[in-house]
Amino acid sequence: MSKKIARKTSVSILDGNHSAAQGAKLSRVQVIAAYPITPQSPVTETLSEFVEGKELDAQYIAVESEHSALAVCTSASMVGARTFTATSSHGLAYMHEMLHWAAGARLPVVLVCVNRAIGAPWNVLNDQQDSVSQRDTGWIQIYARNNQEILDSIIQAYKIAESVYVPVMVCYDGYILSHTEMPVDVPSQEDVDKFLPPYKPHTILDPANPKNYNLVTLANPRVNTEGVLCHGYMELRYLLQEALQDSRETITTVGREFGELFGRSYAGIFWKDRLDDADIVIVAMGSLAMEAIVAADMLREEGHKVGVLGLRVFRPFPKADVVKALKKSRLVVVFDKNISYGLEGATCSEIKSALYRSPVNAVIRNFIVGLGGRDVKARELVAAVNKSLLSLKEGGLNQEYPEWLCAI
Amino acid sequence: MGTRDCQHICSESSPAVGEAGKTGEWRDSFPVIDQEKCLPVRQNKPSCFLCWLHCPDAVIGKTIPIQINMEYCKGCGICAQVCPVHAITMVYEEEFYLNDTD
Repeated sequence: MSKKIARKTSVSILDGNHSAAQGAKLSRVQVIAAYPITPQSPVTETLSEFVEGKELDAQYIAVESEHSALAVCTSASMVGARTFTATSSHGLAYMHEMLHWAAGARLPVVLVCVNRAIGAPWNVLNDQQDSVSQRDTGWIQIYARNNQEILDSIIQAYKIAESVYVPVMVCYDGYILSHTEMPVDVPSQEDVDKFLPPYKPHTILDPANPKNYNLVTLANPRVNTEGVLCHGYMELRYLLQEALQDSRETITTVGREFGELFGRSYAGIFWKDRLDDADIVIVAMGSLAMEAIVAADMLREEGHKVGVLGLRVFRPFPKADVVKALKKSRLVVVFDKNISYGLEGATCSEIKSALYRSPVNAVIRNFIVGLGGRDVKARELVAAVNKSLLSLKEGGLNQEYPEWLCAI
Repeated sequence: MGTRDCQHICSESSPAVGEAGKTGEWRDSFPVIDQEKCLPVRQNKPSCFLCWLHCPDAVIGKTIPIQINMEYCKGCGICAQVCPVHAITMVYEEEFYLNDTD
C-alpha cells in the first residue's frame, strides 16, 4: 500500500472555507455559481480569485440569489459541466426548491453547506438545523469533523455523485471549522486527476439530438412515440430512493480508494472511536464528534467504557452499520445540533429507527446542544453522559422528549 | 415487464408529434376559420400567418387554406386573438355538437 500513497502533498494552514475552495479547485470544477452569505462567503470569494487569477479554468457566474445559484448549477450540470456551489442557513433554505430539482433530475451537483443557525431570530453562528431541514430532498449528505475532511470529502463527493447520479451536500460547522485554521494536507493536482475522472453526464442537451428532460410526467407509466414504456412519476421516485440506498456501497468504495491513494481512508460509513469494548456510546455529527472523543477520554478516565459513533454520512442513513456498531451498548447518548420540533433531535430519531427489531436493546437518551453557536464543552458532554447513566437506575431525565443543554 | 427497460433515470423523451399524448382531448372549444376573411386565402399568396406564428402547440400549418391539426389543438384560442381580420372564431364543442344534432 505504501507504494500507492501519493507523495506530492503539501501541508498548508487553512481554515475550513479555504479548505473547501481548495477541494473544489482540485476537483477541476467548471461552473461555479453562488451568492454570498455568512459564514460561507470566503469559499466562493476564494474560488472567484482562483478563476480571476487563471489558476482555475472555470466560469464563475454571479447570481442574484441562492435559488438562482442552484438553478445555474443544475442547468450547467445537465449540459455536461462539473458544477459547484456553496451556501449556509437562509441561503440553503432559499435553495430548497432547486435542491429537489437537482436530485429529481439526477444531476451530480456538489454543494457545500457551512452549517449556520436559521432565523427567526437572526443568528449567524453554528448549528445544523439548515442542512438537517433539507434531509428529505434526495441529496447525499456528508458531514466533516475537521478541515482535512472538508477538502477530502469534496473531492470524494464528485466521484460519488458522478457514479450514482445523485447530488452531494458536504456540510461543516460554521466558525468552528469555517473560520478556524488548522494544518491541511493538500494533495497535488496530478494525484487528484488520477483519482477523479472527468464527468460523464447522463443527460446532454445537443441540437443534433434534441431531448426533453424533466418534462411534465403523469402519475402512470406511458408508452412514448417510439413505443417504449416510460416511467411515471412514481417509478422515477423509486429510482431515486434505490440510488440512495445503493449509494452506501459507492461511498465506502470511493472512501477506500481515496485512502489507498492519499493515505487517509474513508472506508467507514461513520467514524468509530473505541466502539469495540464500549457499552456506553456517544453519537454526534460534524465537529461535535471530535469534541465527543475528548469527552470519551474523560469518561474512560472515570472508569466507564465509552466509545464514539461519529456520523459522517447522514443520507443514506447507515442503518445496518449502526446496529452492528451498537451491538454491545447498553446506553446510547445522542447529541443533536438540530431539533425536529415536537419530537426530538433528527439523528436520535434515526438511530432509534435503525434499532427497531434489532438485537440492540440499549437505552437511548437525547440532548439538544449548541444551537445558534452555544458553545459545547467536552465536560458538558461528560456531565450529560453521567446524568444519563444515573437515569438508568434512578430515572429523572425526560424519557419522552430530549433534554436541552441550556439555561432555561 | 416494468418501466426499467426504458433505461431512463430521470424523466426524458425525444421531441415528436404526440409526445404528450392526444392533447386534442383536452379541448373544450375549437377554432373555426372563415376562409373568406383569411388574408392568405383572399390574396391567394403566402402572407400574414400570424396564427401559425403564435400557435404554442405548432398545430397550424402554413398552407392555403390554413389547416389546423385538431388531434393536438388544445383550443387555447390564441389564434383567434391574434388574427388581424377576425377570421377565426372559438366555438364551444358542446354547443357545436348540440346545434349539429338539431
